[in-house]
Amino acid sequence: MSEIADKVKKIVVEHLGVEESKVTPEASFIDDLGADSLDTVELVMAFEEAFNVEIPEDAAEKIATVKDAVDYIEAQKAA
Amino acid sequence: MLQSAGSDLGRRRVVVTGMGMVTPLGLGTGNVWKRLVAGESGIDRIHTFDPSDLAAHVAGEVPEGPTAEGKLTISDWIPVKDQKKMDRFIHLGMIAAAEAVEDSGWKPESEEDRCATGVMIGSGIGGLQTIYEASITVYEGRAKRLSPFFIPSALTNLVSGNVSIKYGFKGPNHSAVTACATGVHAIGDAARLIMLGDADVMIAGGAEATVCKLGIAGFCSARALSTSFNDTPQKASRPWDRDRDGFVMGEGAGIVVLEEYEHAKARGAKIYGEIIGYGMSGDAHHITAPAEGHEGAFRAMNTALKSAGVTPADVGYVNAHGTSTMADDLELEAVERLFGDDAGKLAMSSTKSAIGHLLGAAGAVEAMFSMLAIRDKVVPPTLNLDNPSRESAIDRVAHEAQERDVKVALSNSFGFGGTNASIVVRGV
Repeated sequence: MSEIADKVKKIVVEHLGVEESKVTPEASFIDDLGADSLDTVELVMAFEEAFNVEIPEDAAEKIATVKDAVDYIEAQKAA
Repeated sequence: MLQSAGSDLGRRRVVVTGMGMVTPLGLGTGNVWKRLVAGESGIDRIHTFDPSDLAAHVAGEVPEGPTAEGKLTISDWIPVKDQKKMDRFIHLGMIAAAEAVEDSGWKPESEEDRCATGVMIGSGIGGLQTIYEASITVYEGRAKRLSPFFIPSALTNLVSGNVSIKYGFKGPNHSAVTACATGVHAIGDAARLIMLGDADVMIAGGAEATVCKLGIAGFCSARALSTSFNDTPQKASRPWDRDRDGFVMGEGAGIVVLEEYEHAKARGAKIYGEIIGYGMSGDAHHITAPAEGHEGAFRAMNTALKSAGVTPADVGYVNAHGTSTMADDLELEAVERLFGDDAGKLAMSSTKSAIGHLLGAAGAVEAMFSMLAIRDKVVPPTLNLDNPSRESAIDRVAHEAQERDVKVALSNSFGFGGTNASIVVRGV
């Protein structure tokens, strides 16, 4: 697992209070991990802070799963 | 009009079937009441922040520790991930509500019953510490990093909102915000909603958590807090005593389950007592100081007794607002005037001497104390009343609780803005 994926996982576990084993790449924040719309706003903020990236609203709306988040952040970091 | 109707003149009767308390004397109504009657104090030097650069160093904080010992472990009640979505006043309110709902045994199963169950839990100030912290985030230029939970964490009505979500109570969802009169207004107004048929059951009361630097500093600036007893915290709250010099801030929550009498009887619920009267008034005088002779308080008490259909002679106990400020003697004067020749038979104490002033939760907790005094035939003491600044025919229950066969009790709460509320309770 990449360093980014590892850090994303930690943030998700901490913010949503879920078991680490449930945070699979395919897991949906809302459908699988019990987040509501405000939780996802907070998660995106936490990603921005942790990775020092900007995630605009329209991009944030497309981040539904753990993998979506990792992919987006990796792309930003590679750019 | 309800106000002029006697308690048995055909209006729906409202009883208390559940109680929950979180106070500086700990968690749990039974635990708090026992310690209160024993004359214990919950006041201490402030732990949660360093108060040394403020004039007041003492407060009543809810003791941290194991739940089994009647102390506060928030994680036992609210999952860690949800805690950050709620200011501390919501935590305390949720915990008191959990006790009250459990105690009442009311678990509505049908949609109809859920819709007949409402919530009216207020707060004097709301999420002050949350607002303070969010302000710093904005001040530091990080406004875009403000938590999406900031607003719902700080809003005063969010104890009501969170309680309704947790239990599925779909009836009226409301909240009173009247400074230090909040708790009485919440219970009184909720009782009226039941009387008028808007609900059969209401979870009602107040919650407050303003023992934070901004809260203490603010009340210090208003010259409202005690500052002369920083080295002897348990002596600081001393209602009616000549050496009193301001109130002591407390934190906590008091929640009751109010229920229409026939509804409670039909399900065989335990009944603590009945809300029989409620009176309100405004001083129209000053933002923080009471009017001459506390005439607003007099009118609130008088209206409450009239709405209860009782006379002063029927009332055996008054739980005073008695904050340990100059206003104590004005309230005393108003009570003396109201009770006239019956003052000599009356017991009146201020339980703020033991737990401090819980602001928006004070009236709720004190209304419960009044009801428990009737149930147990014992009135709680006024601690530290060593030398009354004024003599009175009224027994202010100095230092030690007294056994008294109280049939009817009156509880007072007055708030900044010149708002006054009194509630009358009796056994059933």
